[in-house]
Amino acid sequence: MTSSNWHFDTEKSLVESHGLKLDEFEKIVEGLGREPNLTELGIFSAMWNEHCSYKSSKYWLKKLPISGERVIQGPGENAGVIDIDDGDVAVFKMESHNHPSFLEPYQGAATGVGGILRDVFTMGARPVANMNALRFGDPNHPKTKHLVSGVVGGIGGYGNCIGIPTVGGEVNFHPSYNGNILVNAMTVGIAKKDKIFYSAAAGIGNSVVYVGSKTGRDGIHGATMASAEFADDSEEKKPTVQVGDPFTEKLLLEACLELMKEDAIIAIQDMGAAGLTSSSIEMASKGNVGIDINLSKVPMRAANMTAYELMLSESQERMLMVIQPKKEELARCIFKKWDLEFEVIGEVTDTKKLILHMDGEEQASIPINILVEDAPEYQRDYIINDPSPLISFESKDFEDKDILSDLLKMISHPNLCSRKWIWEQYDHMVMADTVVRPGSDAAVVRVHGTNKGIAISTDCSPTYCRHNPYEGGKHAVVETWRNIVASGAEPIAITDCMNFGNPEKPEIMGQFVECIRGMGDACSKLNYPVISGNVSLYNETNGEGIYPTPAIGGVGLIRDLSNTMTIDLKNEGNVLCLIGESNNHLGNSHYLSIIQNREDGGTPSINLDDELKNGKFILDCVAKKLLKSVHDVGEGGVLIAIAEMCVSGEKGIKIDITKDFLHGYFYGEDQARYLVEVSQNKLEQLEVDAGKSAVKIERIGEIGGTSISINSIGEVELSSLIDHHTKWFNEF
Amino acid sequence: MKTHVIIFPGSNCDRDVAVAIQNIIGSSPEMVWHKDSAINQSDLIVVPGGFSYGDYLRCGAMASTSPIMKSVIENANKGVPVMGICNGFQILIESGLLQGALIRNSSLSFICRDIIIKPTNTKTIFTNKSTISKMPIAHNEGNYFANSNQIKEIEDNDQIAFQYCDENGDINAHSNPNGSINNIAGVFNKSKNVLGMMPHPERAAESIHGCDDGRNIFESLLS
Repeated sequence: MTSSNWHFDTEKSLVESHGLKLDEFEKIVEGLGREPNLTELGIFSAMWNEHCSYKSSKYWLKKLPISGERVIQGPGENAGVIDIDDGDVAVFKMESHNHPSFLEPYQGAATGVGGILRDVFTMGARPVANMNALRFGDPNHPKTKHLVSGVVGGIGGYGNCIGIPTVGGEVNFHPSYNGNILVNAMTVGIAKKDKIFYSAAAGIGNSVVYVGSKTGRDGIHGATMASAEFADDSEEKKPTVQVGDPFTEKLLLEACLELMKEDAIIAIQDMGAAGLTSSSIEMASKGNVGIDINLSKVPMRAANMTAYELMLSESQERMLMVIQPKKEELARCIFKKWDLEFEVIGEVTDTKKLILHMDGEEQASIPINILVEDAPEYQRDYIINDPSPLISFESKDFEDKDILSDLLKMISHPNLCSRKWIWEQYDHMVMADTVVRPGSDAAVVRVHGTNKGIAISTDCSPTYCRHNPYEGGKHAVVETWRNIVASGAEPIAITDCMNFGNPEKPEIMGQFVECIRGMGDACSKLNYPVISGNVSLYNETNGEGIYPTPAIGGVGLIRDLSNTMTIDLKNEGNVLCLIGESNNHLGNSHYLSIIQNREDGGTPSINLDDELKNGKFILDCVAKKLLKSVHDVGEGGVLIAIAEMCVSGEKGIKIDITKDFLHGYFYGEDQARYLVEVSQNKLEQLEVDAGKSAVKIERIGEIGGTSISINSIGEVELSSLIDHHTKWFNEF
Repeated sequence: MKTHVIIFPGSNCDRDVAVAIQNIIGSSPEMVWHKDSAINQSDLIVVPGGFSYGDYLRCGAMASTSPIMKSVIENANKGVPVMGICNGFQILIESGLLQGALIRNSSLSFICRDIIIKPTNTKTIFTNKSTISKMPIAHNEGNYFANSNQIKEIEDNDQIAFQYCDENGDINAHSNPNGSINNIAGVFNKSKNVLGMMPHPERAAESIHGCDDGRNIFESLLS
């Protein structure tokens, strides 16, 4: 369809302002056999936008491995579910709230947390941990400071109030996010295997019940806004941002969990993006039934709301349920006890249609299959550009004597410095089950009332992805896997949050395709499936896309918490060893970016066989109680990882090694490596075991003293290291 | 020992303190909903931390008018031990059981980290086992304030329970996390059967917490 042969009564501009393409409108007319009214157009707009329909990404997402022996529920429900033994399950998902957080950072981030919490407790799980993955623009960009403090404040404001610990996350800064920050929030919950709740409506004639907050005019078209690019007028979209009320969410959480103990709920779905529209359609579609709703019954916060507004509002802290007829009164009492709205607004029907009434008049009648199965799906054109070329660096171009001054510069840089300023604004200990606090490789929370724990890590290196989307996609998965291994846990599964630019541009689609391919290869090799996730496209401002950012949230299980590992050095006299091969890969390293202000040299390639071998070796050593501390060698390379262990444990080290190319050794970002602390009397066994497993091991030095000293180079005092590590955020 | 933990809408440390009581005192507390009106016979009433009523209006202000608070006040006046932690401390102040005010942290941000406190008066039912202790704080409004007359009064009457200090027990500006006047972290009522404190002893109550110094407050109540 082109604009010249438009032959519908509906104004073309109305269609376009709903974010629908003209041929998509034609498809609607074809499906309905007539033109939609305004309410129906709004419903299609909400369901068919990129955010809700995954129309550009679905084809590729299907290529990811989603099953495994511990997977109970893969993608497609409110959150994924994995088996963590003894009848317990972990429920988790990560979701983006990028566009709203750029417009209004506090509320955008807060409602991001609120939304992902609801996704998890909708499944019947009590949320036990929040995590996040944040990207901001250049620290010197005029907006960055405001955005950082707003986002951190919003995440803390919501999580602290509802009383779920925010136990970790990741933050980085890069100019590619100047006009479009990324706020990805993840929640992990724990439930019983036989008490998982799903969204499929059932039982013709059963009541459809609305619970939670009243509906207002906030957030109308939020999901549609999140499916478009920003331009300079983006500020005008601020009214599409929702406002969060964590107190009401806390009440909703307790009320839902209380009701879930009774055999009352047949189906439950949170009202997230596209509110009442997506929740009712999702429930009907999954249950292969119809739903009738009387919109006059919806609890309203504002007067004279229209059907259109009620269906598209993204007011927070609301849920839709189908309840066992005999338990309706019981459910009403529970919600009343918690001072929440509870209203029967409709019923399950056999029409397989969504039918809406208001004030006695029919407002909409849409067959569910047109909305869901017939939703547009695109195989967009893509171009895969060659990865940035690898550069081989040579020792003659570097001065060994600069090693320690470079260390101080790097460790005080916004991308490598301590994030304590951030996590101290998050209550990371409420629920009293936090075993490993923020600042280690993975956060660990105890499964309440047991001696087992869940390890969680979020990660992605956008620079790696930009310069080699395939290896970058692999890396994001592997980095969380390694972090989980380093905490002594068996990695089980991941959730992903795919943040990319405009998919209608072939080179952006190419990045997406390649990242997925890399992620898929890593997940398959490591037996580490994707069980839930979210796609956020159109992260662009004025045509400038963000770096490809497939943020990964990984979860693992520690069967016995006494095997939990942390990064802080434990005892003087112990020996620090490096596990894994070092090949001086300085390309796209933090060293190059911070010290030489260059972004080139190529993304390190990841050998998945080595990852698996070295990771398994670490877990074997943990099980044999050979190790005192473990740290994954990640961003910044070996010396940064050593410094982090020293700072965290407040202990020095005497590094005693001889290398031809010290900068390459200390700051190269080769993969599949770990630093491990071992006591003198276990050192030999560790080395023998490494030999048997064909794992490379090198002694780095002996722990002790109040400085990091490197033979032949010099030393830097621990106190100076700590000052440099913490000062940037404190002065921010 | 018969113990009670009050639950307000928005309380979120009720379970944590119940677990600590179960582990240390040895029997599980009765959980009391804020709309209940009476607590008969208690050896300890805990008003837990959290965000009662979302901290809307003013921290603790709305919870202090809940039906159950009348009974908490009656019990306190009868000499029953009452302990308010974090938001519970704010509620006890708002209800008039304790003196002073808790205002916004001097940093203007929420603070969650370990701090060190020193018992100022160890001759009370709550503190007879207390020494210099490490435990977490997690609050936005923990900056204790009282005017000079009130400070003189609570000092003269040994009503200061805990003060923020450094590892050596020195009370100084560096060890004050939130700007509290005289580094005050907790106070008693006149008769020392009501304690309010900002730090969370229930989060430093077993080895996985990394520190179990918080136990001594519950152990003190046992002796």
